[in-house]
Amino acid sequence: MDRRYAEEKIFRSLTFASTVVIFLTLAFILATVIAKGISYMNLAMITQTPKGGYYLGKEGGVLNAILGSLYLAGGATFLAILVSLPVVLYINIYSKKESKIAAFTRFSFDVLWGVPSIVYGAFGFTIMLFFGLRTSLLGGIITVSLLILPIMSRAIDEVVRMVPTELLDASYALGATKLETALKIVTRQALPGIMTAVLVAFGRGIGDAASVIFTAGFTDSIPYSLFRPAATLPLAIFFQLGTPLPEVQGRAYASALILTSIILIISVVSRALTGRFTRHVVK
Amino acid sequence: MLSLTIFSGLIVFIMAFGLYQRSRPILAIKPLNELLFSTSWQPSSGKFGFFPFIMGTLWVTGVAIFIAVPLCLFTTIYLSEYSGARLCKWTNPLIDLLAGIPSVVYGMCGVLVIVPLIKDHIAPFFGTFSSGYSVLAGGVILAVMIFPIIIHVSSEVFRSVPAELREASLALGATKWQTVKHVVIRKAMPGVIAAIVLGLSRAFGETMAVLMVAGNVAKVPSSVLDPAYPLPALIANNYGEMLSVPLYDSALLLASLVLLMVVLSFNIISRIILIRVERNIR
Repeated sequence: MDRRYAEEKIFRSLTFASTVVIFLTLAFILATVIAKGISYMNLAMITQTPKGGYYLGKEGGVLNAILGSLYLAGGATFLAILVSLPVVLYINIYSKKESKIAAFTRFSFDVLWGVPSIVYGAFGFTIMLFFGLRTSLLGGIITVSLLILPIMSRAIDEVVRMVPTELLDASYALGATKLETALKIVTRQALPGIMTAVLVAFGRGIGDAASVIFTAGFTDSIPYSLFRPAATLPLAIFFQLGTPLPEVQGRAYASALILTSIILIISVVSRALTGRFTRHVVK
Repeated sequence: MLSLTIFSGLIVFIMAFGLYQRSRPILAIKPLNELLFSTSWQPSSGKFGFFPFIMGTLWVTGVAIFIAVPLCLFTTIYLSEYSGARLCKWTNPLIDLLAGIPSVVYGMCGVLVIVPLIKDHIAPFFGTFSSGYSVLAGGVILAVMIFPIIIHVSSEVFRSVPAELREASLALGATKWQTVKHVVIRKAMPGVIAAIVLGLSRAFGETMAVLMVAGNVAKVPSSVLDPAYPLPALIANNYGEMLSVPLYDSALLLASLVLLMVVLSFNIISRIILIRVERNIR
């Protein structure tokens, strides 16, 4: 009896200790980013583009990368919505509930979700070679939209699946077509969940570096055309950290703080949204 | 809508096909065996041996799994068996947050914290020298990065184990830990393995963070304090020069094809297991 009790105690404290370790790691990472970043943070970082000699420690900021990242992730999110919403509506409303095509699509999204972003980058690069595109904002947008497509689709699918069948039946009974039901009933009912999915995908898109390194390139100016290269925050962090100068490395810390804050804001907003946009939701 | 659905279902195949098309030039002149198992990497003289990079990836991934699996399993057990649902309400968003932090930020933390720690404390402790940029640094960072996916998937699997089973075991006088050990883990085993494989494949393909801390020396590592040069880092590091050296781009795209194939097979296996698990419960 004593041995069992001791074993129980030992393992209970082991599991508790592991939990503490994991959450301390998270806290430690956030603390490192904030502590390191805040001392190098200034207004110029977010309002100026790199001036001449920026990478040697002269004046400037990373506005080019902030805007580049927002454009890139925004464009990619938009493209991904255009594909994922119809696909999800199709597999949930048009095809039969447990049909082969629905199962196959879900499975392939799950598998795509695990494909490393560098592979998306390499694939995006081959597409660009195929169409004769140079590194450009457009190339980056297409690649990142492929990267976030499975994340967004699976997240939207989870909420659309939860829409009660009775609601669909009621809509059909009133004579609505499938398209009307899909657009006017299902998307409204699932709106909070869809918003969350979109935000999660946006966050994933803005933080990814490996997929844009081939495809979006890097530049010191604010992107003004889809066919020009665009800077992104993750790559700005990566390049600045790679320089030997402490001032420039400091800016990498500040850039990381900016990127992490964007991610934190997205995460908080998407939590807050879960309860909102419920005006049209039938409980 | 149907065509979009079919298109998105076929993206995997399009990707594999596109990468294969691009890597054909190098496959036409070199046998795959030589490419995968040769250790000489001199693109300018036409030698493309991936072996050091494959070994680098395996070492780093191995260390990551070794660190992450016990920690994640214990945490999952604590969160789903010992702590109440109220704690989970707090921890789930935090785990999601951990998953959302960009890999460059992880890489930066690695450079700032783990690399100096290995250089100044761990390597001297074992009486050797290390620059800090090593297999161990890459493995630790990767371990942290795969925490969320392993915890998330295995929590779901644990939740799917029926409460009646636990109650039956407790009613027989078993302690909580005995219940976990003999009933819950046994029932959840396939799902937990799937979760680990998903984490493994994530670690396998992770690029930027590893690139920043693993040292990038094209040599097969012989200890965890040696530098390594994993496959994804190779691809990301050489995008600039790959169009100027003949066959280089083909070799790098072959590397991404290899990566895609390995990760795909891991993912397909674990997803099939998870679908089985889900079906068993219904």
